[in-house]
Amino acid sequence: MTAATATPATLPAPARRLGVVAGLRHTATLSWRSLVQIKHNPMELLDLSIQPVMFVLLFTYVFGTAIAGSSGDYLRFMLPGIMVQNALFATMTTGFGLNQDLTRGVFDRLRALPIARWAPLAGRILADTVKQAWSIALLLAVGMILGFRVGNGLLGVLAAFALLLAFTLAASWISVLVGVLVNEPEKVQIFGFMVIFPLTFTSNIFVPTERMPGWLQHWVEINPVTIVADALRGLLVTGPVAGPVAQTLLWAVGLAAVFAPLAVRALRRRV
Amino acid sequence: MTYAIRAEGLVRRFGETTALAGVDLAVPTGTVFGLLGPNGAGKTTTVRVLATLLAADEGHATVGGYDVRRDPHRVRQLIGLTGQYASVDEALTGTENLLLIGRLLGLSRAQARARAAELLADFQLTDAAGRAAKTFSGGMRRRLDLAASLVGRPQVLFLDEPTTGLDPRSRNELWDIVRTLVADGVTVLLTTQYLEEADQLASEIAVVDHGRVIAQGTPEELKAKTGGQVLTVRPTDPADLPTVLAVAGEVARATPEVVQTTVTVPVNDPDVLPTVVRRLDAAGVPVAELALRGASLDEVFLSLTGHRAEQDADTDAMEESLA
Repeated sequence: MTAATATPATLPAPARRLGVVAGLRHTATLSWRSLVQIKHNPMELLDLSIQPVMFVLLFTYVFGTAIAGSSGDYLRFMLPGIMVQNALFATMTTGFGLNQDLTRGVFDRLRALPIARWAPLAGRILADTVKQAWSIALLLAVGMILGFRVGNGLLGVLAAFALLLAFTLAASWISVLVGVLVNEPEKVQIFGFMVIFPLTFTSNIFVPTERMPGWLQHWVEINPVTIVADALRGLLVTGPVAGPVAQTLLWAVGLAAVFAPLAVRALRRRV
Repeated sequence: MTYAIRAEGLVRRFGETTALAGVDLAVPTGTVFGLLGPNGAGKTTTVRVLATLLAADEGHATVGGYDVRRDPHRVRQLIGLTGQYASVDEALTGTENLLLIGRLLGLSRAQARARAAELLADFQLTDAAGRAAKTFSGGMRRRLDLAASLVGRPQVLFLDEPTTGLDPRSRNELWDIVRTLVADGVTVLLTTQYLEEADQLASEIAVVDHGRVIAQGTPEELKAKTGGQVLTVRPTDPADLPTVLAVAGEVARATPEVVQTTVTVPVNDPDVLPTVVRRLDAAGVPVAELALRGASLDEVFLSLTGHRAEQDADTDAMEESLA
């Protein structure tokens, strides 16, 4: 065994373990990596911005009068919901980026470095949370330009942001799981389209539950998207707060409890 | 002699497939060790086990004296990894990629910048440093990949098929870089499908096939191992190829190969030459070329594994039609 020791005696032996502080520093560096990409690919920022803005404009002016009688009333009803929809679509970036890293070998390079094992994933999730916050703020700003008024002041807005970020953080574990399981990044987007589109449209974010066919109403009422949208309506406009907020947090805990272990296990298996 | 890398009895299965069936390696410090084999031989799996990316099902390995399983964090502080499955971030610029690695390795912002600039200059990437890596040519990409694995001044460098897909000029540039690194005392484990590459760079080669090391030695030893001689016969009239094949195979007691109109077969006994001449003469086959020469690594591989390292579809088709 002595013959195999190639470390020169003059060099100090490398550290055996890594502290949590170092891991947090690695996480910060890796989220810088995800965010600085936007500088070279401004399209990504447009992706994050144009779709939500377009949805708000289209729904407000095309469907607003038909559904709610006036575009102003409809905006008040729909804006919190469209925030939820947009946030759920945006969680797919996490799985998409992770899959790109896995298939292109970036993940292996990072794992061969003496950094915390959880830092590559944590760095990505942190960066995507920053992007989420940007999209939510942008939606609210556009809404306010179009005439949306918040009902519970700054505190309500901050609470709504925190709640939605907590929910998307939990939901992004689904995206991580999909990102690990599929063999190419585009399949993450296909999954997002196939699942999130029907899921968000069969909620009460665009159309009030009572205007839908009876059989659908049962589903709409238990759809978590409805629950989160109701919580945001309560915080941003008016209506019950405690119930929907508590249920949203329960959903977040449930999603994380189920999908985080599955995603981490799948990732361990894949790499 | 000290060994930078040691592996004993590495076994790794993926479901039904056995990627490694008991790999033993001993790489002396400060040398280039070539892991030579076709696609799917187990080269990349070996590198992934040694680079702490993958746990072996059986066996153990040390890098720089540290066990890859028990002390992975220490091993990671000594190694650099580059190649087909470890790559840079295409969306970042050359500089940013190196900054990222430098910062992750604990360098200060200023140190990371200085190290990045130094490496970019060494690898002639200064002009492209501010461009996204996805705009780089193949050769530039590989140089950046290599630079990224050198940020931490590794003692042991894993190069997994570093020149696959490169044009000859870029390949030669990369070879020169590897030679410089070894001159500086770095130990390099190189995997390659190219026999020429192993021959050019490695002081010792392990030939891998189906997850096992089937031969090991210096390039010269490996060439000598198979008798070291190759009989080459080119008939004047291509129509005589089947006769030549039959004669060559019978006399050399090995399976001959055909490339265009030339038949080659490895031989152990130089005395076969007169026999072949007599037999071809008796069969009335006029010969344009008849020679005995030292074996190339390509032929060494063929005689060790029974198949070529780089499959050539045309040759295969011809062999089948002549069989």
